Amino acid sequence: MSQRNVIPFGPQHPVLPEPIHLDLVTEDETVVEAIPSIGFVHRGLEKLVEKKDYQDFVYVAERICGICSFMHGMTYCQAVEEVMGIAVPERALYLRTVWAELSRVHSHLMWLGLAADAFGFESLFMNCWKLREGILDIIEATTGGRVIFGSCKIGGVRRDIDGDTMKGIVEKLDRIAAEIRHTTDVFLNDYSVQHRLKEVGVMSGEEAYALGTVGPVLRASGVAMDARKIGYAAYRNLKFEPVVEKSGDCHARCRVRVREIFQSIDLIGQAARKMPEGEIAVKVTGAPSGEYFSRVEQPRGEVIYYVKANGTKNLQRFRVRTPTFANLPAMVRMLKGASIADVPNIILTVDPCISCIER
Amino acid sequence: MIEEQTTIAVGKDELLGTVSDFHSQGYRLVQICCTALGDTIEIHYSFDKDYRFTNLRLTVKPGEEIQSVSIIYWSAFAYENEMSELFGVKIRNIVVDYKGHFYRTAVATPFVATETDEKNDTGKE
Amino acid sequence: MGFLSMTRNIAQNLFEGPSTRRYPAVKRYYEPKSRGMIGIDIEACIFCGLCSKRCPTGALTVAKDRKEWEIDRLRCIFCGYCVEVCPKKCLSMANHYSPCVTDRGDAIHLEKQAPKGTTEQPVEEKLEKE
Repeated sequence: MSQRNVIPFGPQHPVLPEPIHLDLVTEDETVVEAIPSIGFVHRGLEKLVEKKDYQDFVYVAERICGICSFMHGMTYCQAVEEVMGIAVPERALYLRTVWAELSRVHSHLMWLGLAADAFGFESLFMNCWKLREGILDIIEATTGGRVIFGSCKIGGVRRDIDGDTMKGIVEKLDRIAAEIRHTTDVFLNDYSVQHRLKEVGVMSGEEAYALGTVGPVLRASGVAMDARKIGYAAYRNLKFEPVVEKSGDCHARCRVRVREIFQSIDLIGQAARKMPEGEIAVKVTGAPSGEYFSRVEQPRGEVIYYVKANGTKNLQRFRVRTPTFANLPAMVRMLKGASIADVPNIILTVDPCISCIER
Repeated sequence: MIEEQTTIAVGKDELLGTVSDFHSQGYRLVQICCTALGDTIEIHYSFDKDYRFTNLRLTVKPGEEIQSVSIIYWSAFAYENEMSELFGVKIRNIVVDYKGHFYRTAVATPFVATETDEKNDTGKE
Repeated sequence: MGFLSMTRNIAQNLFEGPSTRRYPAVKRYYEPKSRGMIGIDIEACIFCGLCSKRCPTGALTVAKDRKEWEIDRLRCIFCGYCVEVCPKKCLSMANHYSPCVTDRGDAIHLEKQAPKGTTEQPVEEKLEKE
């Protein structure tokens, strides 16, 4: 047996601007064990709920993560709405779907850029982020913020998108989609990208499922599990199939996200066509009592919000299980046996959002 | 109602048996969540199979020791370490036991408010 | 599998010109809905204090006795909740940001209502620390 060394990875690392620390136990160039430790920026938001009014807490929930912020707000609202038995207007559900899919597109484009950065393809990275700006512009025009939408509230949404704007968005997305395709073709076809990602960090479907993995990581291993299929918001009225890839390596995870971008653009088009007229919010009075687990498919996977209320203005317990937390065991498993040079790629293809973990 | 959710109450002794039943039926461990309710602690084990969501609810007293399910579901280690560090739940035989080093907290078990904490807490952030 | 799949993008980027903006010379366009800065029509304010009660970050302070309304611009998160709850609709959300400051104290902005009943025109008093 050759000598074992421990190489620290993070909490500050060029490939990942967020604080997670991994102790990589290595033998020569091979990682034999990875031990993660988190908690560098833990914010205790789950505890904060005891001091905040349940309706005001939407703003806190939205700020759990800066990338899937809208979906955090939406999941929280869904959980409280279920507890209180509020029927959200159809139009609000469709608007939520549109915004949720927009944030998926921008998140995946950002991830593609970061992945390109991780394997050293700087111009591709810049290209992806350039395209992401187009999506962010749409988001800013409709909600007023680039990443923090502030548009969800308990009982509906705060803002409306009128018909002409919606049509404009769909047209603009079609234009952007053509540009995105030029860039994603590089991810799918380029020799150097494939050379770097294929057969790296392979995880079989059974293993991924057993580890409780969620989101694109699970779907890249051939398991068709997409929480949108539960049929929250307007998804029950839209046609889509979970994007599945078989090979379970880093390149498969990349392909899943690439295909999901186009799937999301298609879903926005469908939602825009089917969106009914009507109210966008109902008035909410009283206080919630009961408990519910709300599930939403975020760009990184399924998120779980648990809300327990006892009839007062403050919730009794609020718990978030973010997708990255569920993917942590998978990440540890994938790193085992990987080469040191592949570690950044493997970690990045999980798309870890550390601030999500540190809620 | 978005989806049906069933919750089954289990005792401390039946926990491992019930969880292994779920495992053999091919359920996926979704999450483990801990709720401090003053004199008791509620632990929810959530499972999912083909979008069917099922919960196990275990109620324990603070300080009571429970068995780890990480022998059955390896990925449970993250949740269980979190529970033991933030809520002070005593869990035996966690496969990867961080022994209090998973999170870096200034206060031990910050999510369970003790009486001294309440006194010091003026309600201001 | 291709070796030159990036070439098309590179060529396009060459002819398209820069994607960035020459900032001070070319100003950024803000959408009408952009959330940037909370403003107040202080004369319409009734100092009910709802905005400060609802503010998620506690950036607002309302003093009814002194007829003062104060915002800490660096604590404000531009959520627009105050604008929504204001019963007199005297709060507004501007689509541009507040000016930069070099000291935290400079970001605290105070608005004071002119005493009523005087024959003079109400004067808006801005007590921004220099």
